[in-house]
Amino acid sequence: MKLKKNIAVSDSGFIFDPNSGDSFSMNPVGTEIVNLLKQEKDSDKIHDAMTKKYDVPPDEFNKYYLDFIQTLKQFNLMENDD
Amino acid sequence: MEKQPFERPFIKKLHSGMPGKFGMKMDFDPITEIDGINVKDLIGEYGSPVFILSEKTIRKTLNTAKRAFTTRYPKVRFSWSYKTNYLDAVCNIYHQEGSWAEVVSGFEYDKALSNGVDGKYIIFNGPDKSAEYLEKAIQKNSLIHIDHFDEMYMLNELSDKLNKKPKVAIRVNMDTGIYPKWDRFGFNYENGEAWDAINRIMIGKKLDLVGLHTHIGTFLLAANPYKIAAGKLADLAVNIENKYNHNIKYIDMGGGFASRNTLKGAFLPGTDTVPDFDDYAEAITSGLINSQIKPDNLPLLILETGRALIDDAGYLLGTVLANKRLADGRRSTILDIGINLLFTSFWYEHIITPAQPFSHHTEETAIYGPLCMNIDVLRENVDFPLLKKNDHVVIKRIGAYNMTQWLQFITLRPRIVLIDEKGKSHLIRKNETLEVFKSLEKTPEYLNNFKL
Repeated sequence: MKLKKNIAVSDSGFIFDPNSGDSFSMNPVGTEIVNLLKQEKDSDKIHDAMTKKYDVPPDEFNKYYLDFIQTLKQFNLMENDD
Repeated sequence: MEKQPFERPFIKKLHSGMPGKFGMKMDFDPITEIDGINVKDLIGEYGSPVFILSEKTIRKTLNTAKRAFTTRYPKVRFSWSYKTNYLDAVCNIYHQEGSWAEVVSGFEYDKALSNGVDGKYIIFNGPDKSAEYLEKAIQKNSLIHIDHFDEMYMLNELSDKLNKKPKVAIRVNMDTGIYPKWDRFGFNYENGEAWDAINRIMIGKKLDLVGLHTHIGTFLLAANPYKIAAGKLADLAVNIENKYNHNIKYIDMGGGFASRNTLKGAFLPGTDTVPDFDDYAEAITSGLINSQIKPDNLPLLILETGRALIDDAGYLLGTVLANKRLADGRRSTILDIGINLLFTSFWYEHIITPAQPFSHHTEETAIYGPLCMNIDVLRENVDFPLLKKNDHVVIKRIGAYNMTQWLQFITLRPRIVLIDEKGKSHLIRKNETLEVFKSLEKTPEYLNNFKL
């Protein structure tokens, strides 16, 4: 599960997808997850980093994380899993 | 190191093109308290969902409306429309402020009596008045507003039977330039039916014609039709005086004033488009004052407005049950408030506001109620902040009709709480329980047992 390589992410949470020309905006938590995905961190590492930094129980984070990844897939920002 | 507050991750696709000419600011501030009481505490004490009514807002709104009319016309009386909200506590606030009772059924008539309203201050409207209740209303000198000729014949018979002249008004429907034109209640002005009814009453001498009544529509977004209506009723009053030398004691302009809610499909929000009490008052009173009614005979002006008086005083508090994603990628949020409690969501775009601070990020969201029914939709598509399970929401401007038209459907009805003027909460209607519901049912003996 990887973010597409040529996706551009700005510090303020702006995403540009050169393949489609679409642009997106994210909140700070979303931006942080996308940046970790861009660094090719796996899910466990992302979970650790986020639950250490934010006041959220791991189980609850997992729900929002899965939903967020699903949305990224829906917007064609993730590589297809083969 | 202290952990930072968490907001669920969110991504939104940006659309280029022309921005909307009327891009609206959403409600960016949470509603964390109502009349000084914390929303979280209210839900903690009374459960979720729960209806909250603000006594302060009820009295303030009524006094604003009163001021608009009494500064323009010498004799004004408000009559509380029971069907809009007939909780005893609510009705009694209006009665304490001097409002009479306006009822449209035997049940409402009895409710007004049980609240201690003297029969002569009850206006009995509506198409369904049984002989039993008409007799009761005649004995108690109530003001009976005749809806159709069959009712008039029944009143004539009761007048003979009781040897008493009932105090009546006729309800008049008319063309005031609005669409749809209401013609199902009362007698029509333009085709002469209203004048015919008046003549029959005056010549029959069995009924005491004390008033004229109209109710031209509901949620009227223009005030001028009221001016036309007041003028037409005034013409009838003048004709009665000329022909019978009889003065009408009151003109009842009914209700229909819009609240500041936004109707579905409206381009601009209700807060920007709805006339205020001064607009309605100016239209109605100028229609009467500029008529041919002699100044010494100006009738009492009665107003039965309900919705505009109480909508702002009502709040519905609820909780997020779940978030999920629809097939087209849109977010959907499921609340514990459904159309069963929020009947008015069929015609209003209700403003749903989080009860806790939230960021400026919003997502296109469909907001659903908890019912296992496809029609249970509060908002089809709204830019909504990112709420989590168990977060609370407040829906404002729901004081009118929801606590009377609510449905006992799938779930039981919740508590209703009044916050008094000192900021103290009072339970004014208990929540329904299975026992309450089952106490009305009877199961035949042979259906009591089964084996699965």
